[in-house]
Amino acid sequence: MSILIQLALSFALLSILAVGGGTAVLPEMQTLLAQRFGIDHTQFVHIYSFGQLAPGPNMLMVLVIGYQIAGFLGAGAVLLAFFLPSSILCFYIGRLWNRFGESPWRRSIQNALEPISIGLMGSGVYAVGKASVVNPITLALALLTLYLILRTKINPVFIILGSGGLGTLLLAYFH
Amino acid sequence: MRLESFTITENPLSPSPALHDLFMQFLLIGAISFGGGIIAYERILLVDKKKWLTPDQFMAYLAISQTMPGLNSVNLAVLLGDHLRGVKGAICATLGLILPGSLFVLGIGILYADNSDHPLANLLLAGIAAAATGLLAAITYRIGDGQWGHIKSLLLIIGTFLLMSIVKLSLPWVLLIMAPIALYLYRPTKSV
Repeated sequence: MSILIQLALSFALLSILAVGGGTAVLPEMQTLLAQRFGIDHTQFVHIYSFGQLAPGPNMLMVLVIGYQIAGFLGAGAVLLAFFLPSSILCFYIGRLWNRFGESPWRRSIQNALEPISIGLMGSGVYAVGKASVVNPITLALALLTLYLILRTKINPVFIILGSGGLGTLLLAYFH
Repeated sequence: MRLESFTITENPLSPSPALHDLFMQFLLIGAISFGGGIIAYERILLVDKKKWLTPDQFMAYLAISQTMPGLNSVNLAVLLGDHLRGVKGAICATLGLILPGSLFVLGIGILYADNSDHPLANLLLAGIAAAATGLLAAITYRIGDGQWGHIKSLLLIIGTFLLMSIVKLSLPWVLLIMAPIALYLYRPTKSV
């Protein structure tokens, strides 16, 4: 029981801190999961990549983290904790928004939060990169994906699956 | 990605779709949005196809959803659902959006928990994880587009990154330090 409460509290806090989107809390989530719940960095990157393959919001991968730690109850606890607090906050602020809609501070807040959330996303890249780019082959696959996403219109799901296939062949051959 | 300031105005049509219809539209968005682009699907289906909202209303709600903590696409579902059908609408929209993906990731998660020490699975996952990193880097670069050239935002981006990844402060501390600095730098000025 206490693990469920710990899980719920941790993810509720992450939900409220997710400035500029879920990706901003990736590095914090990775550290927290390693320190308190025994999810090592490699597992974390695996689970993170499931979210990229799934339809809907990428961060639904938190369900797998909950499942890994405490089964279906864990998945349920994490789902509620990660989505409910920010959604309720957004619901009420949305209703209030029109009242201070014209304040110049609204624009200031949005402009101020944007670079912070990009910096946090950069930390997210660094965090998942350290755990997933572990040899020249994975480095090449990561760079190839970066190039293909920026330069082509191929659906990311196909690129990720292709990288999985190519990675299996190359790693099996060279390692 | 700077948005102009839109205000939420009345839609001349002011439609009030049935709750199951609202749920089905978001379920569809949640099921087909492989590889991202949820916000684009939300716009295409709700604004262009169903005409439940005007483009201006949509952009106004998008701006709120991006400012609030939490996932942008989920926040947007909460706001649009509330706009269309109140509390029940917000719940139906959000559940519809996250249901297909939740079942999908849980399915993979169960497979993963059973096979995580399988050698072939580990090779496959190594390639998949490397690509996920590349994808995240690409998304970060794109979202930051237009910010890299501005000295103010560049300093804030670098400062946030250093505090989080190199100094290794916890996220609440990073926000407590960086948010006041950013707000000061972007405080409203009369000259603009």
